[in-house]
Amino acid sequence: MDLTLIGQGLLNGLLFGGVYSLMAVGLTLIFGVMRVVNFAHGDMMIWGMYLAWVLATRLGLDPYVGFVACAAVLFLLGVGLQRWLVDRIVDAPHEMQILLMLGVALVLENGALVVFGPDPQRVRSSLTQATVWLGPIFVDVGRLLSFVVALALTLALYLFLTRTDLGRMMRAASDNSYGALVIGTDVRRVYAVAFGIGAACVGAAGALVSPILPFQPSGGLSLSVASFNIVIIGGMGSLLGAFVGGLLVSVAESFGAVFLSPSMKELVSFSLLIAILLFRPAGLFGKSSA
Amino acid sequence: MSLLELVRVSKHFGGLQAVNGLSLQMEAGEILGLIGPNGAGKTTAFNLISGFLKPDAGEIRFRGRSLIGLKPHAICLLGLTRTFQLVRPFPHLSVAANVRVGALARHPRSREALARALAVVEQVGLAAKAETPAGSLTLAERKRLELARALATEPTLLLLDEVMAGLTATETEAMVGLIRRINESGVSVLLIEHNMRAVMSLSHRIAVLSFGEKIAEGAPAAVAGHPRVIEAYLGEDYEHAAQA
Amino acid sequence: MKLAGFGAVAVLLALPAVLNKYALTVFIFMFFYAFLGQAWNIVGGYAGQLSAGHAAFVGVGAYAAALLSAQAGLTPWIGMFIGGGLAAVLGTVVGFLGFRFGLRGFYFVLLTVAFAEICRIVALNTDAVGGALGFYITYTGNPWQFQFGDNRVYYYVALALMLGATGIVAWIERSRFGAYLTAIREDENASEALGVNTFKYKMLAMVVSSFLTGVGGTFYAFSLFSLQPNAVFGIPLSVEIIIRPIVGGAGTVLGPILGSFILSPLAEISRNYFAQHGWAGAHLIAYGVLLVSVVLFLPQGAYPAARSLLARWRR
Repeated sequence: MDLTLIGQGLLNGLLFGGVYSLMAVGLTLIFGVMRVVNFAHGDMMIWGMYLAWVLATRLGLDPYVGFVACAAVLFLLGVGLQRWLVDRIVDAPHEMQILLMLGVALVLENGALVVFGPDPQRVRSSLTQATVWLGPIFVDVGRLLSFVVALALTLALYLFLTRTDLGRMMRAASDNSYGALVIGTDVRRVYAVAFGIGAACVGAAGALVSPILPFQPSGGLSLSVASFNIVIIGGMGSLLGAFVGGLLVSVAESFGAVFLSPSMKELVSFSLLIAILLFRPAGLFGKSSA
Repeated sequence: MSLLELVRVSKHFGGLQAVNGLSLQMEAGEILGLIGPNGAGKTTAFNLISGFLKPDAGEIRFRGRSLIGLKPHAICLLGLTRTFQLVRPFPHLSVAANVRVGALARHPRSREALARALAVVEQVGLAAKAETPAGSLTLAERKRLELARALATEPTLLLLDEVMAGLTATETEAMVGLIRRINESGVSVLLIEHNMRAVMSLSHRIAVLSFGEKIAEGAPAAVAGHPRVIEAYLGEDYEHAAQA
Repeated sequence: MKLAGFGAVAVLLALPAVLNKYALTVFIFMFFYAFLGQAWNIVGGYAGQLSAGHAAFVGVGAYAAALLSAQAGLTPWIGMFIGGGLAAVLGTVVGFLGFRFGLRGFYFVLLTVAFAEICRIVALNTDAVGGALGFYITYTGNPWQFQFGDNRVYYYVALALMLGATGIVAWIERSRFGAYLTAIREDENASEALGVNTFKYKMLAMVVSSFLTGVGGTFYAFSLFSLQPNAVFGIPLSVEIIIRPIVGGAGTVLGPILGSFILSPLAEISRNYFAQHGWAGAHLIAYGVLLVSVVLFLPQGAYPAARSLLARWRR
């Protein structure tokens, strides 16, 4: 057992975990507040990545700055989706919601295919070229930066939910939507903002990942699956669970990449999902679905 | 041999003891009313008896046979059918199709089952609405549908969970008459009710639950004046009202 | 209504005389996907268990029949039932895990997707079945090997599959099996309380559905002559399977057929449009839009909507 390899794997996993956490936090927020499972989550992230790419190549905007724009655009997308589509079926059986979001996922994924083509892309950022050495282990500055920004955003979200009125209303609606209605909460507005923030999270996450990994439209599904994995482990609806889960899954995947081949990694990912589904659907900190 | 026997049945959820050492006996042919304040454990008892929950301790016997560990559908086939407090119609199916599902338990052939179902629909007074989708029925009609569906399974013992909740006085009277007629045709009934007039007039005997325990049992008049019962419903200050 | 049905079948039987090769192919796949959709309809429509991984069953059936034919010389006419059987075994596993562990709704969907993806990855990495390059079937045109020189034979085989599956579903709908499946879809707990062994019936639906889908795999293999793991196990195929019954009316006998008659021409048109511009596979955008539209405006599907429209018009 090469300790350096393990240490490296651990560090890489933790740093990348920040982005995974951000992605998962977005998904769990949407589920927690609205009990809607966003099947298009991974595909939204892909669009975040491509938007960062467009900003980098057309405007020369570094993704570590441009992520704000990506988050903003995806926020609008999220609000729009909720207002015009999801809102109409909030009371419908779960199967209908799943099919709706599946349809949205298809449109997003293949829309990206049409607009950007099938080939993998990557964003060049000056910051990703640098590495810092901590003894035998190296720290990829790009990853470090992504981690720091993701952490900051997650913290900001936490503060929003606990310190602001709108955030508190969101948590109220998450606990008890009927009760929230009774006390006069504009639930529709809360839902729209929640979906928007969830999408913004994943848009930012996409931008932060774009300089680190290559991406292509067909990658949406595995990102969605990774999100579900994390959120189910951590507990659907639990922010803390999503955060911790993101770090856990990222470290596990990192080790997997070190010791297994890439295709085996996907296999492990899906097998893990099945195991989690069977044995811990409530997750570590979770709420049950309505 | 009693029809239904609960022997020191207990069930807890986390820190909450929902049912605590409950013992109960029912004889064939009777109507036993189960009353008690909200949260007393009545619906939990139903869930335990009908197999939707497993007791932590105790024994539940139906016609001498233990029900512990049996799944709800098996218990239904043994002759014990329950209804739900919040009615659960099959919304997209017609009233007749709803009841047919129950009838299929005893009559596997579709056509026979439908004939039986229509007879039961007639019996509960929903014949005019036989082809209406269950989703568009009024609450009173849905309660009748819930009852009809359960009846179609040809039970020996019917568990009715607040079947009169939300009904008007007229609707309640009709329902009381219906249940009495069902009982007279040979079906034993265990019913949870909050409507005191209805349960007092219907039941042969009454059992009172409070905080998961049975605090009184007997004929309706005796139970109504029982000090512990009054205390459970109204609080200690009114206990003396029993002596009055 | 019955007369109209016989009339329609008669027309379909006579069509090959007037269709050109291209139109014939469109019809072949229209019937084939209607067949697959009908098989899915049993567990997804009637029982209400949304499976988004049915491609796994097509793949298992396809590879099984293809391998048995190529390596053991077993005629696919028998191989298709073995393929179906193996698919049913997989269906049993998935169903057992899902239903035993009480996975419903979104969790069940994820389970089915995970299994399909695992099959895909395993096939991609197993050289014995061709790996990423795929498995190719040598064209011989020999009917005993389920290969037909004339497209019209494929047409009739596909039509027979579609009508056969429809017949099975029609029978199910009228039987206790069907009534119980519908009850389970409407309210599982209430069904249990009425004596329905929900686990048993959900399993049965899954087994029948996966078996039929696996049989379809043989048709898939011996009409396309090549099996690519990404195509035969992938999400796009699962989407093709479920979208027809959903658009046409899940849980109805005619839904998958109507859905296929709507979808296939639409797919052809959008496929040609997108192919012209060099974007392969992007016709799925049209599917996505259609799916969203159906969920929002016609949640029961086209057939029930048409039926109630017709009823209102008659008055």
